Amino acid sequence: MEILVCARRVPDTSENEIELNSAGNDIEHDELVYSINEADNYAVEEALQIVARVGGNVTVVTVGGEGDEEVLRREMAMGANHGVLITDDAFSGSDGRGIATILKAFVQKGNYDLILTGVQAEAGGAQVGGMLSALLDYPFASLVNSIEVLDGRKLKISREIEGGNKELHEIDLPCVLSIQTGINEPRYVGMRGIRAVASVPIPTFSASELALDPSVVGEAAAKVKRVDYFVPALGKGAEMLHGNREENVDRVLELVAAKGGLK
Amino acid sequence: MVGSYLLAQVTDWLASGRNLFLAIHVLGVACFAYIVARRLVPLLRAERDPRWDRPLARLSKVCKFWLGQWKHPRYKTAGTLHILIFAGFILLATRAFTVLIVGVSENFVMPGLSGEAGHIYNIITDYAATVVFLCMVVAVIRRLIFKPGRYEVPERFGKTHKADAVFLLALIAILMVADSLFAAAKAAGQSQQGQPVEFLAVLSLPWLLQVALASASLPTLGNVYFGAYLLHEITFYFLLCYRPFGIQFHVETSLFNVYFAKLERGTLKPVKWGVSDERLDQVKSFGVKTYEDFTWKHMLDFYSCADCGRCSDNCPANAVGRPLSPRFIGIKARDYAYQHYPMFGRSGNGKALIGNIYSEDEIWSCTTCGACEEECPLLVEYIDKIVDLRRGMVDDGNVPQSLQKPLKALESRGNPYGKMEKKRADWANAKEFQQVCPVKTVGKGDSADLLYFVDSITSYDDRMQSIGRTTARILDHLGENFGILGAAEKDSGHEVRRFGEETLFAALRDHNAGAIKASGAKRIVTADPHAFNALKHDYKDIPPVQHISQVIASEVKAGKIKFNALENKTNVYTYHDPCYLGRHNQVYDDPRDVLDAIPGLKRVEMTRSKDRSFCCGGGGLMLFYEPKEEERMGVKRVQMAVNAGANVIVTACPFCMVNIEDAIKVAGLEGKMSAIDLAELVDQQIAREEPQAA
Ligand code: SF4
Ligand code: SF4
Repeated sequence: MEILVCARRVPDTSENEIELNSAGNDIEHDELVYSINEADNYAVEEALQIVARVGGNVTVVTVGGEGDEEVLRREMAMGANHGVLITDDAFSGSDGRGIATILKAFVQKGNYDLILTGVQAEAGGAQVGGMLSALLDYPFASLVNSIEVLDGRKLKISREIEGGNKELHEIDLPCVLSIQTGINEPRYVGMRGIRAVASVPIPTFSASELALDPSVVGEAAAKVKRVDYFVPALGKGAEMLHGNREENVDRVLELVAAKGGLK
Repeated sequence: MVGSYLLAQVTDWLASGRNLFLAIHVLGVACFAYIVARRLVPLLRAERDPRWDRPLARLSKVCKFWLGQWKHPRYKTAGTLHILIFAGFILLATRAFTVLIVGVSENFVMPGLSGEAGHIYNIITDYAATVVFLCMVVAVIRRLIFKPGRYEVPERFGKTHKADAVFLLALIAILMVADSLFAAAKAAGQSQQGQPVEFLAVLSLPWLLQVALASASLPTLGNVYFGAYLLHEITFYFLLCYRPFGIQFHVETSLFNVYFAKLERGTLKPVKWGVSDERLDQVKSFGVKTYEDFTWKHMLDFYSCADCGRCSDNCPANAVGRPLSPRFIGIKARDYAYQHYPMFGRSGNGKALIGNIYSEDEIWSCTTCGACEEECPLLVEYIDKIVDLRRGMVDDGNVPQSLQKPLKALESRGNPYGKMEKKRADWANAKEFQQVCPVKTVGKGDSADLLYFVDSITSYDDRMQSIGRTTARILDHLGENFGILGAAEKDSGHEVRRFGEETLFAALRDHNAGAIKASGAKRIVTADPHAFNALKHDYKDIPPVQHISQVIASEVKAGKIKFNALENKTNVYTYHDPCYLGRHNQVYDDPRDVLDAIPGLKRVEMTRSKDRSFCCGGGGLMLFYEPKEEERMGVKRVQMAVNAGANVIVTACPFCMVNIEDAIKVAGLEGKMSAIDLAELVDQQIAREEPQAA
């Protein structure tokens, strides 16, 4: 099975202290460290596990700049067969639909049976997967938390829905799935693995190589624009408990019971 | 054969069996040689492990731990029994060989043991055989009736070894009886034939048997003599050939195991012996994944384990119900080796060990505290094996999710918390603190003679920053020209390495070593025993490093540090030895000397202290790992302090502090028990009055 995983590099939330920039519409990017978006990492792991069972190849693609090679290498160190960087100045400022358009162009150059995305990017809107499937006219399922390959170009997938319940579906290939974190336990990649793939060339694609009309992507074509970015002021809702441990435990029980959490 | 007793001389009684005896000799020796050769097969396929250096140091280990049985008295009953049996075996070895040879050469006398010396030797060995026999009786009774808990085999680790143990003990008892009967029948025969009688030691087993045989007829004596010889010979060879299949192979291997034992404490074996750090990237596979990835010495360890259970009896992971018992790391590997390297047929199959004989949790459960190795009478090594197994798992990407985040953060930020590098020195740079105790950051034009290596937890953890500040104040009080690396410092990597991430460790080490060298400092001090161990053993070519407790102790001795008397005189203190200060680096007395120098400080010892200290739960990455356990190590440790009658636990390690303070809360002992770091206590008690003007 040929699997494509769309991945993205994001500032690592656990390793950064996010500060607003002076304009107040974005975060300060100096001194940030980045990593692959967590859900995308689960998607790559899932793709690797599928390929380990049924054979095939895993390609990881990202739309971005030179710095994004870092996450491609990390995923290649995990075992992905290919990493592909789609990069062009014309792409900067794309909204979700723009990214989906770019990815669609890339997908159509290849021959993929299955396309995976993370359920959402840490700073994103969980839109690309759905839009990509619509543009490609592929079936789509979101919040997928297990995948089983069936005979006859079908998958059996389960989705997590409200309240932790699960829903089982059969879905035809080719399709797009957005992968929930927790679907597997991604393997560890250390420096050693990354060094081992350090010199593997990473092909890049530009707008013209993908035959993309620059006017349908990038900032100019974006219909969703970020106008502000702020950290909400701490609201009232929080109540600090100041008693000793027993009192606090009693109080918590009371509060939870009052909200109907204990029956 | 039976007619042999008609011969006039006792020494001729064996003559008719000579061919039989010789055949058994040849068969026994051949079998043993074959078995040993087969047992050596995996060792020849194993990883290399150069242990041929420093023969004198190794011989002195042999004298202390093998001949001197140094570790044995740590377990009084079993230890005493073992020392007696061991001494008996050593004494009886010559006698046993003499007896064996007599079967084919009647008048053989071991050179040096003719005449008077021989008589004395015989008397000593009469008693030795008796003592060994009695020890066997006691040992069997212990196994069957008193059943010390540490011999039990938990179900998940396989079947009990009791039958095997008792069988082997019984065989030794039979050997002693056969030997004694042989001597007794001979003496009885000699006396009946009016020949000079070999004197048997009064009240020894041979002597008692001789008394019993005194009235037996000569033919009977002849048969007994012949039979005893045969029994002795068969039992001897049976034991020799059977031991390599069970828990007593150590009788043969222990001498080698001790001779080749690891010489340096606190160190780890490299990923591959003989491969320099620069060439590590070219090594295809890291760590132990299959049995053949162990080194030959580690395989010898497996053969040598006597199944005594002392390692696991002292293992904190085992004590709190984690799925790890070091004894079975060895036993399971040995069982695997016996199964996959059989006596006949093809050997080895290169199966993965993890998921097959070991579980992942089992291998991650170890805190590398070293209690097992400290206890093992045979100097079996565990930490290197566990780290090698972890290296294998890391190499396969098989790392618990709980550890992946901190490892990633260590890679990108140089600390497991993912905090910003520029905040690493915030603990020292707070204005109020800078006013009382200015701490230089070396490198930015500033230099210092003494470098204080802080390490991650003390730099970033709010509670542990107090250890950093008090350490700085102590150095300041001593008038040291000291500084820190600040943002240029990264995690020492001590646990990174012990968790099997060698490549990341090497990157951290190279970075720090560069920064340390660039600082121009001539000495290093740290208050973190893990950093201390890393800098001392894992780093190369950096200035000498001391733990702050060593600095304080020597300054107390030199009279440069004086203490005010404690205000609260009702507190009872106990000192908890951090594993990486105590066991791994043998710093036991300095912290205690410092405590004892504080006027009014009442100190008690916990039962498990010094080299038997009980790990608080482990440091570094172990704080992130979520073990499967029934209880926390720290809670057990705090209970031990309660049992010792203490209400303040002093330690000298920030990780111990995390674990012990947590444990005090979990145990519900808040207000009744507290913990304090040695540096904090010293800083609090130090007498700071200005020197009187003359
Ligand atoms: S080092 Fe400590 S935790 Fe690890 S096996 Fe030995 S005794 Fe147990
Ligand atoms: S490893 Fe050592 S301490 Fe542990 S059971 Fe074996 S002989 Fe005893």
